[in-house]
Amino acid sequence: MARLEIDRVSKRYGDVIAVRDLTLDVADGEFVVLLGPSGCGKTTMLRIVAGFAEPTFGAVRLGDRDVTRLPPWKRNAGLVFQSYALFPHLSVARNVAFGLEMRKVEASQMQRRVADALRLVRLEHLSERLPRQLSGGQQQRVALARALAFYPDVLLLDEPLSNLDAKLRAEVRVEIRELQKRLGLTTVMVTHDQEEALTMADRLVVMSDGAVRQVGTQKDLYERPSDRFVAGFVGRSTFIEGEIEAPGRFRSAGGLAIVCKEAAAGPATLALRPERIVFAAQPQASMDNSLPGVVEFVSYLGATIDMHVRISPKERVIVQVSNRESGLVPVVGGQVFVAWPAEGSIVFAGAES
Amino acid sequence: MLRSASIPRLGRLVLNGAATLTLGFILTPLVFVTWLAFFRQEIPSFPPEGYSLRWFQAIPGNDRFVSGFLLSLELAVIATTIGLSLGLPAALCLARLRFTGREALSSLLLLPVVVPGIVLGIALYVFHVEVELATGLPILGSLGGLIAGHVLLVIPRTVRLVSASLIGLDRSIEEAAQSLGADRFTTFRRVTLPAIRPGVVAAALFGFVSSFGNLEMSLFIVGPGRTTLPIAILQYLEWKIDPTIAAVSVLQIALIATAMLITDRFVKISQVV
Repeated sequence: MARLEIDRVSKRYGDVIAVRDLTLDVADGEFVVLLGPSGCGKTTMLRIVAGFAEPTFGAVRLGDRDVTRLPPWKRNAGLVFQSYALFPHLSVARNVAFGLEMRKVEASQMQRRVADALRLVRLEHLSERLPRQLSGGQQQRVALARALAFYPDVLLLDEPLSNLDAKLRAEVRVEIRELQKRLGLTTVMVTHDQEEALTMADRLVVMSDGAVRQVGTQKDLYERPSDRFVAGFVGRSTFIEGEIEAPGRFRSAGGLAIVCKEAAAGPATLALRPERIVFAAQPQASMDNSLPGVVEFVSYLGATIDMHVRISPKERVIVQVSNRESGLVPVVGGQVFVAWPAEGSIVFAGAES
Repeated sequence: MLRSASIPRLGRLVLNGAATLTLGFILTPLVFVTWLAFFRQEIPSFPPEGYSLRWFQAIPGNDRFVSGFLLSLELAVIATTIGLSLGLPAALCLARLRFTGREALSSLLLLPVVVPGIVLGIALYVFHVEVELATGLPILGSLGGLIAGHVLLVIPRTVRLVSASLIGLDRSIEEAAQSLGADRFTTFRRVTLPAIRPGVVAAALFGFVSSFGNLEMSLFIVGPGRTTLPIAILQYLEWKIDPTIAAVSVLQIALIATAMLITDRFVKISQVV
């Protein structure tokens, strides 16, 4: 495995800029996830690393090689596709052997390495099957074994789990992550599924409109989102528009006075995480903010209960409470109090763009 | 599959009825030809006076049929081979590349199917005459000219069938091959070609059939003494109407049906046509 360096890469298709000046350094053995909505440029970036697209500017280095102008077949990058892209006319074993055949690995060694790769994904008993005789989850594992068998310098995963059903997806996430850690694979994965990204990554790169919005660990992104977009994309947030009147004082568009962290005066947006808000029948004197409101919508989600609480004619916050908390049962139309400490909200300067 | 399941029962009944009617319309002549081939009397009349195999036995003794069959076979094999080796790369370009005039080229390659055989034959005849006058090369009535004409029949079918399988191909399997270390040519040989094989086999079959059975175009461009099987049948019909013709047709039908059945064992034709 090797280190992957993406150095100021941009990609332009005519007037459309798919990737803007992206720099990213993936350490040997690190798992980095490119996360963003569809059309944000994450897949283009992965294709540039794989060699299927050439950057308009910038360079890609793999280990100590500059691979920017190399065709895909000279890059030594293992790629797992969303559709798995197994060769339909070849058996599982022949699929996995393909990369080794291309590298002219001798027959006896090839057999051993194919068997090893299939054992990694626990499919050694299906080696003679054809892809169409396998379930989606099994095909996905064959694709992974095929991408690993030839000892690639980097493993690239393009939305590898999006075609699996929800239950299987949760299992495979953990499986891939454990395998990646055990083998020390340098890995870049692309996904639009934040839960997937949060489960698997060492580090996440949040992208939108071709540009990187923030790079960091799960905790960095969740606790200290760099902008509104990240706060909305990683985890959930309620946004309240308004302005900072004085240090630590926010006035919402709906006229509420809210205590928050220090920030420069002027138009601002306040972001509130649903689970940071306390929900009670009585005013909470111990909290910096304690506002009366009316429950307008309740969804029972099993482990948690979500509700929308109107706190002013213009503002409504989403509150999430754990189902274990006994006591107040949210009822639509109920008069309640929502409360949170000053550091429970995040302030972004500027109005909504 | 889902869609057909949701068609209401009445609709399904009408559909099946129409299909049966069409099938009957197509098959009835074949049934009568086959029946006629076994009549004993020389002048076809109903009901038959009796049955015999004498008309089949007469075929090997007829030089025109034997040499016509051999020429048609040779022609069809050569034309299919050339047509396939031209049509396959053409289909690849049409399916993969975006260039100006792509639509026009695509239409041009399919044109020979649309133009009536007679028109095609006359056009080729005039073309051969003009070229021979201009260059002095003996093209008119040559075997080469005949083969070139038949290649024209094979190309549209090849381009269409191969294009259809290329469009249905998941491009990511080619990218997967490249990411595993296969260059473009290896990718084509090891992944693309096997994946579109059913389309290629079907293209070869349909090309062969259209060449082997062609009459209208061949009439104009065959040279003296160069008689294909369909032309031999036509010439025979001008003088006689005994069931020999029916017997020859039955053999021709049997040959094509066998080719289709054998092909279908390797690739399901219904999946690509």
